[in-house]
Amino acid sequence: MDSNVSSNNSPGSTSLVSTKIVIAGGFGAGKTTLVSSVSEIPPVSTEAVMTEASREHDDTTVTPDKVTTTVAMDFGRLTLDQELIMYMFGTPGQARFWFMWDDIVRGAVGAVIVVDSRRLADSFDAVDYFEKHQTIPYVVALNKFDGELGYTIEQVREALEIGPGVPIIDFDARDRRSSGGVLTCLLEYALSRPKSGELVG
Amino acid sequence: MSYRRRKGARIRPYTFTGGRTRSRHPLMVQTLVSVADAGATPPTNLLPESQNIYRMCRETRSVAEIAAELKIPMGVTQVLLSDLADQGHVYIHPTITGHSPSENQVLERALRGLERLFQ
Ligand SMILES: Nc1nc2c(ncn2[C@@H]2O[C@H](COP(=O)(O)OP(=O)(O)O)[C@@H](O)[C@H]2O)c(=O)[nH]1
Ligand SMILES: [Mg+2]
Repeated sequence: MDSNVSSNNSPGSTSLVSTKIVIAGGFGAGKTTLVSSVSEIPPVSTEAVMTEASREHDDTTVTPDKVTTTVAMDFGRLTLDQELIMYMFGTPGQARFWFMWDDIVRGAVGAVIVVDSRRLADSFDAVDYFEKHQTIPYVVALNKFDGELGYTIEQVREALEIGPGVPIIDFDARDRRSSGGVLTCLLEYALSRPKSGELVG
Repeated sequence: MSYRRRKGARIRPYTFTGGRTRSRHPLMVQTLVSVADAGATPPTNLLPESQNIYRMCRETRSVAEIAAELKIPMGVTQVLLSDLADQGHVYIHPTITGHSPSENQVLERALRGLERLFQ
């Protein structure tokens, strides 16, 4: 592992640049789990003020061991090469937090929508947001809580009204490689899409 | 000319935009900042919060990391960093958004980095 240079970045090394991806999805879908699986630092939460309020509104019956939700945002970090750091920002998935999303999404290379495969409806808000705004590329990552999917990928696409080109993959958020594969998929997809400055056609 | 309409009267509860950045790299949550000289002590005329930020920036850090570590709200951190940059105390690093074709090379580096880590 010679790629981890983050802890001894020489100060003033102005060639260091950063980038960001967004981890979206419903309450308890596995966003923080994904970030912890891949991040080189423990996920950091920057705000916790809405924890109580969220607990009242969110459905905790399906994941009863869940005590906190992603409240403002939490993030992890990956040093991708000597001069490039990628941050992952997890956002609260519910539509009432949309005012925060614009700021988190601005400047992001892309987004992952984490979907609890047992509760597809919980990700409507997130899919809605990225389908409507169309600002950044996104992929859908189905977190297989029970170890199996129960649907075909195309059934999921239809149920959530996900656009035709958008990659949908299944994964296990607790698994480092599996979660890393989701990030790789997003970057491949982002690179394959025409940019605004390019001619299409 | 008089402007009777009030601009910007609506204030959102959270704002990550900083608002004061002009002709340099934008300050987003993922943006890295650093001081030029790791051994330098913070100028004493700075606010205590800004002195703490200055100390943290002896190692290259992101806005989000500084806000989380010092427990300063994101928006406030951005304003203080913006001032520090205006005064020439900190350098704001470029942020890769992938929105322009010229950034594809960096995205490819990102992809290779991910493949190396998780293949
Ligand atoms: N069995 C199982 N549990 C999971 C899986 N992914 C996440 N969890 C658990 O589900 C709960 C919610 O996950 P979390 O990542 O906090 O959700 P978030 O609200 O989207 O950040 C946690 O207790 C996780 O440990 C999975 O793939 N299988
Ligand atoms: Mg979370």
